[in-house]
This record gives sequence, C-alpha cells and structure tokens, in this order.
Amino acid sequence: MTSEPRVPTRMGDGTFTHLTRSEIRADLVAGSENATKRAKVPLLSDDEIDHLLEIYASPLRFIGVDVGEEIVLSCDGTGMKTHATRIQDLQSYEQWMGADLLELCVGDYSLKVVRTILAYEAQYMHDAQLATIAPLQYGVMTNLGLYSKPDGPCDNWNELLPLGKTAEARAAEEEAIEMAVVDMVKLADSQWEAGADALDWDTTGASGDPEFLAALRATKIIREKYPDMGVELGMAGEFVLGMHGELEWGGKRLAGLWPKDQLLLAQEAGATMFGPVVNINTGKSLAWNMARAIALIKPCMDVATIPVHPNAGMGVGGVPMFVHLPSDAVCRAAKSFVELLHVDGL
Amino acid sequence: MQMTRGMRLREAKQYVADKLRVTPFDLSDPVVMTDVRNEHGFGRVHSYAISQPWQANQIEAKFNIARVLDVPINSVEKFKERTAPG
Repeated sequence: MTSEPRVPTRMGDGTFTHLTRSEIRADLVAGSENATKRAKVPLLSDDEIDHLLEIYASPLRFIGVDVGEEIVLSCDGTGMKTHATRIQDLQSYEQWMGADLLELCVGDYSLKVVRTILAYEAQYMHDAQLATIAPLQYGVMTNLGLYSKPDGPCDNWNELLPLGKTAEARAAEEEAIEMAVVDMVKLADSQWEAGADALDWDTTGASGDPEFLAALRATKIIREKYPDMGVELGMAGEFVLGMHGELEWGGKRLAGLWPKDQLLLAQEAGATMFGPVVNINTGKSLAWNMARAIALIKPCMDVATIPVHPNAGMGVGGVPMFVHLPSDAVCRAAKSFVELLHVDGL
Repeated sequence: MQMTRGMRLREAKQYVADKLRVTPFDLSDPVVMTDVRNEHGFGRVHSYAISQPWQANQIEAKFNIARVLDVPINSVEKFKERTAPG
C-alpha cells in the first residue's frame, strides 16, 4: 500500500483513473518498450520519459505549449455540416476555433461516394473559396473497400481471403486500385478547377496496402499535373496492413510499413504534408499510449522534408477513443508532440 | 506555406515573418498580428460589434495574402481568370 499521492489521469477509452507518479512513469517506460518491440524503433531516453512524466503527472485540467512554440492546426472535417451550412461551418472554424487549414467534405466521407457528386462538390468549393481566408482543401477517405461487392463492382477480397482464394482476392484488390486512382485524379481535376488549395487523402491504408498504393500513385499523378496543388496524406493506422502482401512502390513492399517508411514513400510520391497515426490501446493509460506514439513517430522527424502533422484525434495520437474528446487529454497529447518531436502541426 | 509549398514549420514561420517584417514569435501574438493583418488587408476575426467594413476580407484578403507572401493561391488565380475581360 503506497502513500504516494495519486493524480487523476485517463485510460485510452477516456475513463478517469488515479495513478501514482511512479505508476505513470512505469507506464511511460512500458509504452516505449512496446513500440520498440513492435516496430524496432529506439527506446525513449530517460530525459524523454521524464519530460512526458511532467506532462502526464500534472494535475492541471489544461496544459499548453510555451509561448512562441505554437504550431499549425490542420483540421479535417471542418466543413461537414455540423451546426450550420458547410460554408458557415468553415467560417466558424476559421474565425472562432483557430483552424489554420480548413477542409470541405461530405458526411459520407468516402472517395467512391464523392465520385458521383463531383460537380456539386466543385460548386461548393468554388463558393467556399470566395467566403473564407484560410487555406481550404477537399478531403476524402480513399476507403477502397467500397469498390468491392456489394457496394462496388470488384469481388470482395475480405470474403475471398478467408476462403483461401488469395489469387482472386489480389486480383480484385488490383482492380479496385485502378478504379480508385482514376477517381482520385478526377476529383483533383474538378477541385483544382473549382479553386481548391489541396486535397486530403484521409485514413489512407484503412483497407491495407492496396489503398496505400492507390494513394501514392494518385498523389504522384496529381502533383505532376498540378504542381501548385497540395496533397496531404493522412494514414489510418500505425502500420500498413498486408491485405495483398505483394504490392510495392519503388521496390519497397508496402505491407508492414511503420510511420517512418510510410513518410519516405509519401515524400517520394510528392505529398506536401504527411499525417502519421498511432492507434490507441483503450486498455492502457494515456501515458502508456503517448510514450508509444512518440517512440513510433520520432523516427519520422529525422527524415522529414515535408511537414509532419501527427493525427491527434479520436482513438489516435494519444487521444482517447471517445466521441467527445476531453480537453485535458488532447492538450497533453499536443504538448507532448510539440515538445518532444517538434512536429510541424497537428 | 506548409500545405502547398511543403515547408517545415520553422521554415514556414521564418518565411512569413520575413515577408511581414515581424519575428516568428510575433506570428502567434494576436496583439501584434491584428495590426499586421489590418495593414496588409489579410482579413481578421469578424465581429459585428467591431465592424470594419472597409477592411479586405475573404477572397479579397486572399488576393492580398498571395501578393504579400508571393505565393500562388489557386482560388485567387481562378478569380482573376473568371473576371478577366473577354
């Protein structure tokens, strides 16, 4: 039974718990060790652990970065129709909520869905650009799964794989990749003509390595076609699932890549911003999760030639898996990313 | 500067600060930046209680941002194309 005082802190699912300073430190070390074990990245140093400890053992409700160390906020989903029209939502984010970058999108945020309403979305982007000041991009999730049956024309690889039909599954994935790339380029064509500043491929890799490949290929085409158009490549998970297993980009197998290698390929494809993701373990404390996230993303910072904006949102980047994000958790994650990794934004 | 130019944060802050003749530290200070934004016509937080209808805003502000920061902004270029005579 310890006499060490306990501080309120949260678990990965957002629930409060009370841990001693020693317990928090142990969790930080364990999170770092888990990252090393999974991804073969270096352990966090004692200084880095101690720095995180000061953040996560603090009883403050809100904690911030030092004056002068502010970063850029690239906020996705800001024009999705939350409380007003989509343009009014964008204006609210720009004017009242400090968004440095805005994103127009639809509620069903998927590429295949948007493909059928390109003209409407282009019109909306055109109008939104006249009514806002901050840079405004158009965002979609590549969501390759929607190209498979019953939602799309390709055979469903998720059904074929459990049946051992690997060749058929791979063929279906490759067919979906071709369709998605065409759609991504068509989206870029219409949005560039409408006046968009950039595109965002959100949750890239949610369907595994085929989806990552589609995003890389489309990015390269678009950046060559429109050199002044930005392309933000934001990931879905901390490593690329091998749903195909044999897809490559520039001779590098995509399945199993962790953030640093994901970034290198994104840079090679011409992406102008990269958003690594580290998934939350809801059964572990936020301290554990944050140490793990820092350790996994840290290698990116040594090789980045483009801005790195780690995803810090629901269930990723040290932020709880809960729909209404507690500000005490979000600010700790932000401070950790800024002070330990010197990220370019969030 | 990050989104379309791919600049890292430190480089982006320095670039913008140099163009605006302020320091990177100033960029996050609303006391400084309100005057800077007014001076250059970059638009500002909108409040009817302190309306300044003669200030550039929205697409007008983006014209000024593109010019002062010397960065191409797609919507500005499209506006020029669509309003050009002939």
